[in-house]
Amino acid sequence: MPYAERSPQVALFVTCLVDMFRPEIGFASISLLQQAGCSVEVPERQTCCGQPAFNSGDRSSTRDIARQTIEAFDGYEFVVGPSGSCIGMLHHYPELFETDDPWHARALDLKARAFEITSFLVDVLQFRGVQSDFNGQISYHDSCAGLRELGIKTQPRALLSQVAGLQLNEMDESETCCGFGGTFCVKYPDISNRMVENKTANTAATGAGTLVGGDLGCLLNMAGKLKRQGHDIQTRHVVEILAGQNSLAAIGEAQARQPATAASPYDLAKQL
Amino acid sequence: MQITSPAFKQNARIALQDASLQKALGNLKAGFPVKRAQALERLPEFDALRDEARDLKNHILENLDLYLEQFESKVQQQGGHVHWCRSSDDACKTILDICKQVDARTVTKGKSMVSEEINLNEYLEKNGVTPVETDLGEYILQLRGDHPSHIIAPAIHLNLEDVSEAFHQHHHRPKSDDPAVLMREAREVLREQFVAADVGITGANFLVAETGSTLIVTNEGNGDLTQTLPKTHIVVTSIEKVVPTLEDMTLFLRLLARSATGQEFTVYNTLSSGPRREDDPDGPENFHVVLVDNGRSDMLGGDFQDMLRCIRCSACMNHCPVYGAVGGHSYGWVYPGPMGSVLTPQMVGIDQAALLPNASTFCGKCESVCPVRIPLPKLMRHWRDREFEQYLSPKAVRYGIGGWAFLAKRPALYRWLSLGANLALRLLGGKKGRIHRLPLGAGWTDGRDMPAPSGKTFMQQWQAQQKTQQKMQQEHSL
Repeated sequence: MPYAERSPQVALFVTCLVDMFRPEIGFASISLLQQAGCSVEVPERQTCCGQPAFNSGDRSSTRDIARQTIEAFDGYEFVVGPSGSCIGMLHHYPELFETDDPWHARALDLKARAFEITSFLVDVLQFRGVQSDFNGQISYHDSCAGLRELGIKTQPRALLSQVAGLQLNEMDESETCCGFGGTFCVKYPDISNRMVENKTANTAATGAGTLVGGDLGCLLNMAGKLKRQGHDIQTRHVVEILAGQNSLAAIGEAQARQPATAASPYDLAKQL
Repeated sequence: MQITSPAFKQNARIALQDASLQKALGNLKAGFPVKRAQALERLPEFDALRDEARDLKNHILENLDLYLEQFESKVQQQGGHVHWCRSSDDACKTILDICKQVDARTVTKGKSMVSEEINLNEYLEKNGVTPVETDLGEYILQLRGDHPSHIIAPAIHLNLEDVSEAFHQHHHRPKSDDPAVLMREAREVLREQFVAADVGITGANFLVAETGSTLIVTNEGNGDLTQTLPKTHIVVTSIEKVVPTLEDMTLFLRLLARSATGQEFTVYNTLSSGPRREDDPDGPENFHVVLVDNGRSDMLGGDFQDMLRCIRCSACMNHCPVYGAVGGHSYGWVYPGPMGSVLTPQMVGIDQAALLPNASTFCGKCESVCPVRIPLPKLMRHWRDREFEQYLSPKAVRYGIGGWAFLAKRPALYRWLSLGANLALRLLGGKKGRIHRLPLGAGWTDGRDMPAPSGKTFMQQWQAQQKTQQKMQQEHSL
């Protein structure tokens, strides 16, 4: 029986960046997964995948965080997240434990259930029911971890091709790193800055009004650079486009673009 | 060569501001990667060859002693000599001894990264033997007192004007900006050196165990003149270059040129099998192979063994966005780019070179283009593990990661503190929704804005929604 006909049970891995900076991506993910027939839950004990510790050489902390994450997502049929980088990290978990360690088997089990969202929709669910429209041209950045660790390249494009009115202008070097790299962007800010400059130049050259990607880390980096350079290009996560959330302010932009009913973060901050 | 790897950040900053270097690096990016891609289109079985090459290299590394001994006995049978050298010093001394035996005053050299690694030129000069580099790129660098910034295109960091200036100063001829004129000039000067040299030193791309041959690939033919004209030919090479058979060698040759320059094959592929025989028209009277270990045997059987598969094609650096931004000299030692970030800590110590394996976004491009499938990001991560274990990581990183990990393991506390952080960032973002100057985050905000959170945390909003829904359901059921 196709997955979609039996309502697969999905745990959403929100990711720490989405939780902190761009909750819209989390809600768009839930909306898309529900459209695809999934029942979605958000396990409360999830925090961060542990990638910063892993890439900084702190194996012991990484193992602790991995155990915590494995437990948080225990028992769900699928674990799906809007980030190739964080899901890629879950796929690294088995190599943290010796093969005779019971956690190794649990890590392998999580790895088998963990999917980046566009890959889950296309490769697992064969979902073809994107309902949104978008009047304009976009360009797509292939985030490195998703592209090279999980093989994500055609899946977001297949979903975007179902969006009415959307035109994709491919940029030069869409597969070249934007310079975010987690802690790299703060450890080597000069180099990171040069890399993101290349990216924004390639984006601008396409003439697209919107830059789209699948990983919030890269998107924060590129949006921050586009805004600093004074470009009028908007930056959005692919699930926001697919879920039709196009009236919300883009990443790094003032919330005033929102409909008058929604409060600006400034007002929200005052309420808190 | 002096190690400046500890100053990587400073080196990189200077490199980023060097307009002439940036222009040269732009040429690199527009050249090799494009040609490689075109060459691969014409070879559909490329990926299958890579798997074969990886497996063959692994087999060789597991039996390295056997193949090296076979190679040695073949070389000896053919009248050549093999010298086993544990360290750089051993290798330099051995080479100097051979030079002294034949009373050598000048030696010509083909391009060899191993000779850079052991600092051979400096050693020879100090001991009264003058080395002359004959690869055009290396020759230019020697005139300028410079070092290679790339392993196959050593002078990639220079532009035409730099070459023109160096030739004008050293050749005392009229200045020219015509590459053809410069090339002819170099050829004329070097011809005399080839004939005058007492010893020719080359590297080796491969050592063939079954025939006792060494192979060099070049595009200029200078290697052939280096090894056939002088009376003595010394091959300086490292132990992992050995392959079992000639046929195995051809497998690597199919991958090497395509990965390196996008050529189907290098212009000259020259095998040397011992000194000249009686009826040979040319060739050296003495043939020596200097086998350099220099830390390589320590890599066998450990976390870094995969690195010994490297065939020095440079595809990783040609495609690395970090190398492409800062160039090879920033890395501060002989081997730059991703492969250097793994090798350099092995050879000079992680305490000297920790910044190199950290200078990667782990974008994975290097691994994806490697013809022998070396998992370069994974190996760089191993060095970061060592750095952390040895308490060499900067305090800010150690405490930062430690603090973050402490919170990540405590969901309730994490959730509670994230509300405060989220609010603080939103306030800093103000009405614009982005942060122009982030306290403690200048690294980010010096070059770009930091998008502020667009609202309360996801978890906060989600839990509020869930509560409202539950309430509505309860009211509905009442």
